[in-house]
Amino acid sequence: MQSLTEKSPLGTYIEHVKKGELAYQVTEDGKAVFYPRAVAPVTGGDLEWRVSKGLGTVYSTTAMYFKGEAPLNVALIDMDEGFRLMSRVEDIDAMQVKIGMRVKFRAHPGDEKQAPYPVFTPAEGAK
Amino acid sequence: MSGLKKGSIAVVGAAESDLGLVAPNTSPLDLMAQGTMRALEDAGLKLSDVDGLFVAASQTRMGPMALAEYLRIKPRYFDGTIIGGSSFMAHVAHAQAAIEHGLCEVAVIAYGSTQRSVSRAAASPREYNYYESPYRPILPISAYAMAAARHMHQYGTTREQLAEVAVAARQWALMNPRAWEKEPLTIEEVINARMVSYPFTVRDCCLVVDGGGAIVLTSAARAKTLRKKPAYVLGAGEALSHNTISSMPDLTVTAASESGPKAYKMAGIKPSDVDMLSLYDAFTITPILFLEDLGFCPKGEGGRFVQGGTIAPGGKLPVNTSGGGLSYCHPGMYGLLVMIEAIRQVRGECGERQVPNCNIALAHGNGGVLSSQCTVIFGSEATL
Repeated sequence: MQSLTEKSPLGTYIEHVKKGELAYQVTEDGKAVFYPRAVAPVTGGDLEWRVSKGLGTVYSTTAMYFKGEAPLNVALIDMDEGFRLMSRVEDIDAMQVKIGMRVKFRAHPGDEKQAPYPVFTPAEGAK
Repeated sequence: MSGLKKGSIAVVGAAESDLGLVAPNTSPLDLMAQGTMRALEDAGLKLSDVDGLFVAASQTRMGPMALAEYLRIKPRYFDGTIIGGSSFMAHVAHAQAAIEHGLCEVAVIAYGSTQRSVSRAAASPREYNYYESPYRPILPISAYAMAAARHMHQYGTTREQLAEVAVAARQWALMNPRAWEKEPLTIEEVINARMVSYPFTVRDCCLVVDGGGAIVLTSAARAKTLRKKPAYVLGAGEALSHNTISSMPDLTVTAASESGPKAYKMAGIKPSDVDMLSLYDAFTITPILFLEDLGFCPKGEGGRFVQGGTIAPGGKLPVNTSGGGLSYCHPGMYGLLVMIEAIRQVRGECGERQVPNCNIALAHGNGGVLSSQCTVIFGSEATL
């Protein structure tokens, strides 16, 4: 099992996002795991890191209406490798994000308070 | 294998605290204490009879300690399980185990919240989660909105069908003098209200009000000697499925599909035996999901099931006769009040909104973001 005194699962994940990569883990029998963990769910075994190809499909979506702002999207994305994460689809009106839409990962740079994090853009036609 | 025995304990006292908007500087513990004394009075018991204490609240992290100190009681048995709005249904199952094993005899389950007075942000601060917080989800609303969106996509559930849940709740609320909302509501008004998180407008979302209450439980033997008709615990089931909405396996199927069958099995009944339902309606999608998962209609049919007033006054299945979290009261963790209405229906105390010959009432609690699901079935003496 990986030591937690030098590197955390989230720390490793954020390093990948900083390099423009969406990382996830797989169990010893090849099952995709997300969010990153120190221990494999169900079996308690070890986990290995992988980098996603970055393509996924919108599983569900909502548009949030904050006062004085344009509607903001939040969505659950099913990645082709078999894991799901919460994210946001950008470069498109929040209400136009549809379930089943193909999307592609990109890294949001974050800011001084928020570490970089994954977002998505429409990728219609991407197989 | 559930070791709990059908009808071994009963609710003997049930009461709300003051509801709605309480005076400035009222504490959640003031409301719990008020609810506790009202529930004990309802039962004909004294504070000194209480030897089991169950508390969950968002504004006091160590609830059993806080309420025991406030009331200066020393419970032999206590439990502060906190799994959101269904905590109190879990407390009933835990109290039943404790009473059956002689670990306590008179259990109080209490709750209080001042979220309208102090604001929801102050009453239920969100934990930071790197995997969700950067996207600014309005939690819990956006999580339930995504469940609704998925249900609409997968099963053709419509905006009007969601609105019908809110309209039915309002019709019931107009018959409940304790309800917060006092004016009629139409489907059009729900749909055209201020959008919060699509497909939900503010009228698809539960109220944000102050409130609390308590219930008192004891053994079936002692229950028979007390003031009110006992509401026996016929069945109980608890289930957890996830914590964050990102990890919910299927947004259209809740763990009520596990807690319900456990409760039915213990009670030895089937859904068609149930006379009324008290379903945690945090949002208009939740009663639809629970009607499906608890076996009142097939998966995916919940929207069409509620259409045309099925769950409204005069409909074929009375649901949320108090007016629910949508129109009666929602202090943040509403599960205790969900049970109080079911208990009152079994006792026949609901006046104008009383369901005729109500012998079996099912109370279903939901917590987190569809995360915890707990079901309790109450029955009159005739059902034992």
